[in-house]
Amino acid sequence: MPTSTSPDAAAGADRHERRDRYDLAVIGAGPAGLAGAVAAADRGLRCALLDAGARPGGQYYRHPAPELGAARPDRLHHHWSTFTALADRLAAHRQAGRIRLLSDHHVFLLEADPAGGGTDAADRPHWRLHASTGERTSQLTAAAVLLATGAYERQLPFPGWTLPGVVTAGGAQAMLKAGLVLPGRRIVVAGSGPLLLAAAASLTAAGARVPAVVEAGDYLGYARRPGVLAAVPGKLGEGVTHGVALARHAVRLHRASAVVEAHGTERVTAVTVARLDADWRPVPGTERRIACDALAVGHGLVPQLELATELGAETRPVPDGTLALRVDARQRTTVPGLWAAGETCGVGGAELALAEGELAALAIAGDPQPPVALLARRRRLRGFAELMAAAHRPGAGWPGWLRPDTEVCRCEEVPAQRITEAVEELGATDARTVKLLTRAGMGWCQGRMCGPAVAVLAGMSEPSADRRPLSCPVRLGELAQLP
Amino acid sequence: MRRTPASLAAAEPGPAHTIEFDGRPIPALPGQSIAAALWAQGILAWRSTRIAGRPRGAFCGIGACYDCLATVDGQPNQRTCLLPAAPGTTVTTQEGHGRADLDLA
Repeated sequence: MPTSTSPDAAAGADRHERRDRYDLAVIGAGPAGLAGAVAAADRGLRCALLDAGARPGGQYYRHPAPELGAARPDRLHHHWSTFTALADRLAAHRQAGRIRLLSDHHVFLLEADPAGGGTDAADRPHWRLHASTGERTSQLTAAAVLLATGAYERQLPFPGWTLPGVVTAGGAQAMLKAGLVLPGRRIVVAGSGPLLLAAAASLTAAGARVPAVVEAGDYLGYARRPGVLAAVPGKLGEGVTHGVALARHAVRLHRASAVVEAHGTERVTAVTVARLDADWRPVPGTERRIACDALAVGHGLVPQLELATELGAETRPVPDGTLALRVDARQRTTVPGLWAAGETCGVGGAELALAEGELAALAIAGDPQPPVALLARRRRLRGFAELMAAAHRPGAGWPGWLRPDTEVCRCEEVPAQRITEAVEELGATDARTVKLLTRAGMGWCQGRMCGPAVAVLAGMSEPSADRRPLSCPVRLGELAQLP
Repeated sequence: MRRTPASLAAAEPGPAHTIEFDGRPIPALPGQSIAAALWAQGILAWRSTRIAGRPRGAFCGIGACYDCLATVDGQPNQRTCLLPAAPGTTVTTQEGHGRADLDLA
């Protein structure tokens, strides 16, 4: 006969089981994840919403901590009211116990739950999620998973890009939105993609001088598909809004140009900008120097897919040279029970992410027919996203601005020359072999900063899916706690 | 009036508290990360790299790049862009792998 505490303990364990078992786990609380979680909870699903950040919103709706007392966070954002409406719905669902928000939870492993597949969801596998809070791990199970992990920035190295004061364009945005700070007073914005215009507009609004926005692509690419553009008047409007803001602050837009060097010793003091040919090769003799005390740089976004590709989910090539998850009309990946929405399906912006998050939730909740208007909105926005991706795809000639001693891998301090040697003398033909021979991509960030560049330098013409058992660094002590 | 991020967001934070960076007092607003508090003072580097000893600071600002590592309250390899600046936090420029105490040459 067990001790008298057993019934209580058993009841406690039951409660624990129930508490950590969900109909749906949504990974990522940005636009796609938020929209998905509230739409699923609207239909009665019990959801866990996990995010690595301290507050919901993701990178797009990143906002100051309440202690900063920002009365007008809307001025840091487009469509802030969309976020506050979602946040209100989230709060109501949390209050009612339909959504559990797990902030500061980084999901590092997603596995089919060996104890799953119960009668309550016969046609779906159960998932077990393992998350790190930086100090400990926590686990929960869910019948379905919606992957809304967003994207991170693509960086192409150039001489001087490791100098203090050179920051990512998204990083400058993130630090401004969350911490109300700027990296400098005179900030050049460079790279490729629409994020640059948004970053430049918010930096100038916050008091920085932006002497130049340097765009490697050519916006004329958009004009070749007027039908796609006409279907998304909101996108044109945003472009015009940014353009007007930049013109008012006398920001000069350099098209088909790139920052090919950042100058300085302890921090950046100037950049050299050069014209690019159609393949993004710098045109000799076109260099000009621009003084600045910071540079915000980025070449578009790379969908963050590790959790899905580790499970064998199929990907599709996007015209910007990245890979995205392959999903069907209802946002289902090729892995049963795993759904995806937003940037994980190809970078397309917040509006598209909101539509896809909702579509996924409706499908997971078992709605037989998605709303026609929602489907149409996704189709229009996805069409625009593909056009945008093609317009900003890095040209093959960008390594022309590297020098032998240009660091490519920031963590392991691997210069371009070592990578060239690995390819030309040691026979490496892919990023993985280069990594093994040079340690490029083997450091703290696990190749998130240098991966796309190393792949190009290794001669890979098409990107390949990352396979990594854990999606982020986890302490051995935490792994040791796994059940 | 000069535009600032705080004026843009009409922020009225509570009074600044103090953290310590390499022995000097640095003001930090409640709710700011350590990296944000350092940026606000024009400090952009708080780490030197393991191999070439080059200065580095926050790059991606969202916890992905690990360039913003520093020694915080004696713990090396802390991502300062994610860590809130708490009153009295001590931040020390991190040299190399930050584990000189282990004498790992």
